[in-house]
Amino acid sequence: MKSREADANRIDEFTRVQELVYELKIEQVMTTDVLVVTPDTHMAELMDIFRLNRISGCPVLKAGQLVGIVSLEDLIKAIARGEIESLVQDNMTSPVITVSAHESVIEAVKRFSQFRVGRLPVIDSQKRLIGILTSGDITRGLLKAIQVDYHTEEISKYRASHIFEDITSDKTSLILRYKVSARDFDHGGEASSKIKRALERLGGQPQVVRRVAIATYEAEMNIVIHTDNGGEIIAEIQPEQIRILAIDYGPGIPDIDMAMKPGYSTASELIRELGFGAGMGLFNIYRCADNMNLQSETGQGTRLEVLFSTGVHERTD
Amino acid sequence: MVTVADVVEQLELRVVTQTVSLETTVTGGYTSDLLSCVMAKAQAGNVWVTLQAHPNVVAVASLLELSCVIITEDTQVETSTIERAEKEGVPILSTPLGSYAMVEGLSGLGIHGNARAE
Repeated sequence: MKSREADANRIDEFTRVQELVYELKIEQVMTTDVLVVTPDTHMAELMDIFRLNRISGCPVLKAGQLVGIVSLEDLIKAIARGEIESLVQDNMTSPVITVSAHESVIEAVKRFSQFRVGRLPVIDSQKRLIGILTSGDITRGLLKAIQVDYHTEEISKYRASHIFEDITSDKTSLILRYKVSARDFDHGGEASSKIKRALERLGGQPQVVRRVAIATYEAEMNIVIHTDNGGEIIAEIQPEQIRILAIDYGPGIPDIDMAMKPGYSTASELIRELGFGAGMGLFNIYRCADNMNLQSETGQGTRLEVLFSTGVHERTD
Repeated sequence: MVTVADVVEQLELRVVTQTVSLETTVTGGYTSDLLSCVMAKAQAGNVWVTLQAHPNVVAVASLLELSCVIITEDTQVETSTIERAEKEGVPILSTPLGSYAMVEGLSGLGIHGNARAE
């Protein structure tokens, strides 16, 4: 179970990254603390600014307006020409390639690729400089977003999914029991809902979980609809198999064969008005199950056992 | 990609739940007032058109992960249904139209029935 899940998780992560590149906005990943210089800054001063702050480029602002961008490469060229006393305005690149704060990260990715720049100044709708973005910022932003996703998911999943691996025994099963009250339509379906959630937490395959949920719901509603005293739903969960038991001491099923036929129902008029009593319950269970065992005695009660194989085989080590 | 929000807007439906997101994508639709039929045939992401308004409608919608429930004929939605829907995250929409007319409207948005029987 573990290695298949790990592969699935890796694929999920990968497509999640792609999703995030489109979902995340530049303003969510950019650096807002931007170091800037003016056009009349000396290149020698720029050298110190770069060195002390460990940056390799910065935007050039004149009277608050973005007029150019100057990089380490520009500095090196100036030094090579012996022009370290020249001004930024003689060495900067203009016009500047920028991105807008509310664009999605994918636009920045495209621009980095297209223009081979090291950084992109970020502007707002009034073309004012409000941040700066490097590809490092994008990577950090993505990793953080994935980590947050992962963290929340992992917490819920980890708690439950490792139970079968962490606990050593010859056979481990998790048993969940729920009381079902007769004619309690307000809470009808709660047991199946909780069992479904438990199976999802345990890392169950969605298709199997769905079948278990449907069958359990029908079994649960049968107890709600047809008994006077209610009954119990028991889910026995093992790595290779899930067993659902629905037990009641109600009226029993007089004719099991008829009851299994779609469309046959013994529900009252009132029940039918609520949309129950379609006569599909047992048939739905039969279609969802890998194996089904129904025993009933009129006047004594009913015992329904439904088995689902998870497709995971028992490890024989 | 039609979302529940698009359906609400285009067909002028009343949104009964307050806090549930309407951003789910709609995958198709199913109509029935008999719950077991829905359990058998409706698929995840479907809209469910019905005049049933009791809390079990939410249980079914939640179990099957339907995108929303459209309650027709202006049927009064019980408070217990709304509460359960908010809790389970199932959008409940309301319309004075009958189910037939509602389905016509949905079909016009490209929301169709599931072709293959499960």
